[in-house]
Amino acid sequence: MTTPLLDIRDLRLVVSLGRSAHHPLLKGVSFQIMPGEAYGLVGESGSGKSVTSLAVMGLLKRPLAVSGGEILFKGQNLLALPKREMRRLRGNRIAMIFQEPMTALNPLSTVGRQIAEMFVLHQGKSWGEAEKLAVEALGNVRVPNPDRRAKNYPHQMSGGLRQRVMIAMALACSPDLLIADEPTTALDVTVQAEVLRLIKELCAARGTAVLFISHDLGVIASICQRVGVMYSGCLVEENETRALFEGPRHEYTRGLLGALPRLGSRSEHGRQRLVDIDSIISDRSKLTESRFIAPRDLEGSQP
Amino acid sequence: MTAPLLQVDDLHVRFPISGGGLLGTGRRALHAVNGISFELAKGECLSIVGESGCGKSTTALSILGLQEPSEGMIRFRGQPLAGPGAPGRMDRAKAVQMVFQDPYASLNPRQSVRTSLAAPLRLHGITAASEIEGRIEAMLKNVGLTPEQAGRYPHEFSGGQRQRIGIARALILEPEIVVLDEPVSALDVSIRAQIINLLLDLQEKLSLSYLMISHDLSVVEHMSDRVLVMYFGEIVEEGGWREIFEAPTHPYTRRLIAAIPDPDAALNSAAKPDLYPTMPQLVGRSFVSDGSTAPDVFTAPARSELIEIGGNHRVRMAVA
Repeated sequence: MTTPLLDIRDLRLVVSLGRSAHHPLLKGVSFQIMPGEAYGLVGESGSGKSVTSLAVMGLLKRPLAVSGGEILFKGQNLLALPKREMRRLRGNRIAMIFQEPMTALNPLSTVGRQIAEMFVLHQGKSWGEAEKLAVEALGNVRVPNPDRRAKNYPHQMSGGLRQRVMIAMALACSPDLLIADEPTTALDVTVQAEVLRLIKELCAARGTAVLFISHDLGVIASICQRVGVMYSGCLVEENETRALFEGPRHEYTRGLLGALPRLGSRSEHGRQRLVDIDSIISDRSKLTESRFIAPRDLEGSQP
Repeated sequence: MTAPLLQVDDLHVRFPISGGGLLGTGRRALHAVNGISFELAKGECLSIVGESGCGKSTTALSILGLQEPSEGMIRFRGQPLAGPGAPGRMDRAKAVQMVFQDPYASLNPRQSVRTSLAAPLRLHGITAASEIEGRIEAMLKNVGLTPEQAGRYPHEFSGGQRQRIGIARALILEPEIVVLDEPVSALDVSIRAQIINLLLDLQEKLSLSYLMISHDLSVVEHMSDRVLVMYFGEIVEEGGWREIFEAPTHPYTRRLIAAIPDPDAALNSAAKPDLYPTMPQLVGRSFVSDGSTAPDVFTAPARSELIEIGGNHRVRMAVA
């Protein structure tokens, strides 16, 4: 039996509001990602998808705090790991790309140097060697003229190129897990399609597992094998991507899918009124009481 | 046949770029909009689609009178709306209004909803308190809010409610044309559906004409009657929504449609035309020489024409 790469068990997170009061953000979230699998977390703002990823990265800051549960990465509980150990994992075995590459990159350093830093820090290479590897990494993410582009500062690049640089940095050390938090939301559609394809192909080629976070169901469907739907700090439904889109079981998922104008549906069925999620859900507070998690055959899901 | 409500004829907008040599030699102009022409009929929803920098927002700003066109005519009911002989701001405000993308940024945080909605009415000579109150009440009901909420401030509302207030403010003067600039792209999926439904209901109820600017093609397909596809300042294809989405002809339109992340398409990849790996060379465009695919925006494009290929479906071709 294969062990999952990432096994989140009953993760609970709170935001503290002063001395003794606190408000729950995650109310017991559990899911697993197998090696090489692309798993999508979808949900609206405030559903807790981003804080889940920050918890995995060990980047939670006060007033956010973990109040229970475990995050097992290759069987090791990340929450119990000393900071030093966590720093060694972060960027090396677990890497992350963010929504806005301009704020995630250092504006005062060339992109080549920022990528090279990964090799120096995590693989002990010399700067000279690392800079050569950085140019190679830029070529891998299909940046044209990588040797010239490596000398660019982030502001000299377009949004799509910057996101490619982020991907090059994240994949520099061939991590086991890539966390992508809305990586294409700030991009134009055609650039988004190229970046998505790049993530998909590079991760498949290296066997990197992906935790992909997005509010866009279309993006999730084009990249992930399995999807978890989050609502108000709970995972309300989880299934294989196709099964989830073709037969959503939870009423929130059904509402979410119906609220989306689908390409081509107007020419097929005429203009239909979009589903107003509040009109089909009687009581939002009861939504998280029911959930549907598709049973999964762990043996069969991985070769 | 009645004259179209809005007529845009050969609109050009150029922005001077500072720099160049001594005494202003070699000063360059960025061609943001290059000779676009279109008409908007009463009660119609016309969408302009394209990516950042294609000139769609500049076009809208020209229609709103916020950006002076370098060349060309914009007419509202046959009367010029820009250039010499244009009406003042006050008259234009009654013809065209705008709903912005981010309702929080476009509402004054220190004004209650009532104050925000009453200001345009007062400016346009409606002074009777009872009439102002009555119109605000009716408008709030129209957009799905309650009259009791008029006393609240923008921060007390959710994103979707704020967008409803933005819509109410645009409609309070009863304009005939509403420019919608990415009206739902800042909203969550479930809220987006509510606002789209509301916009369609209001369009029917008040027989409004929409000029929608968007890059979200699934929303465009759902809402539009006609679609203009813009690429670097030019219309490259125009037609009814059915023509554009069922028979896209220009390579750029096809590329845009192929790029939409749509769950159905993603799960049935066979049903989806392959993404064009590189943008095919566009006719009539000089390209910057560094090998990237971006056209040179500092030189005007060579002559090309929109060729009618059936119905109201036109696509841009080079002049032979």
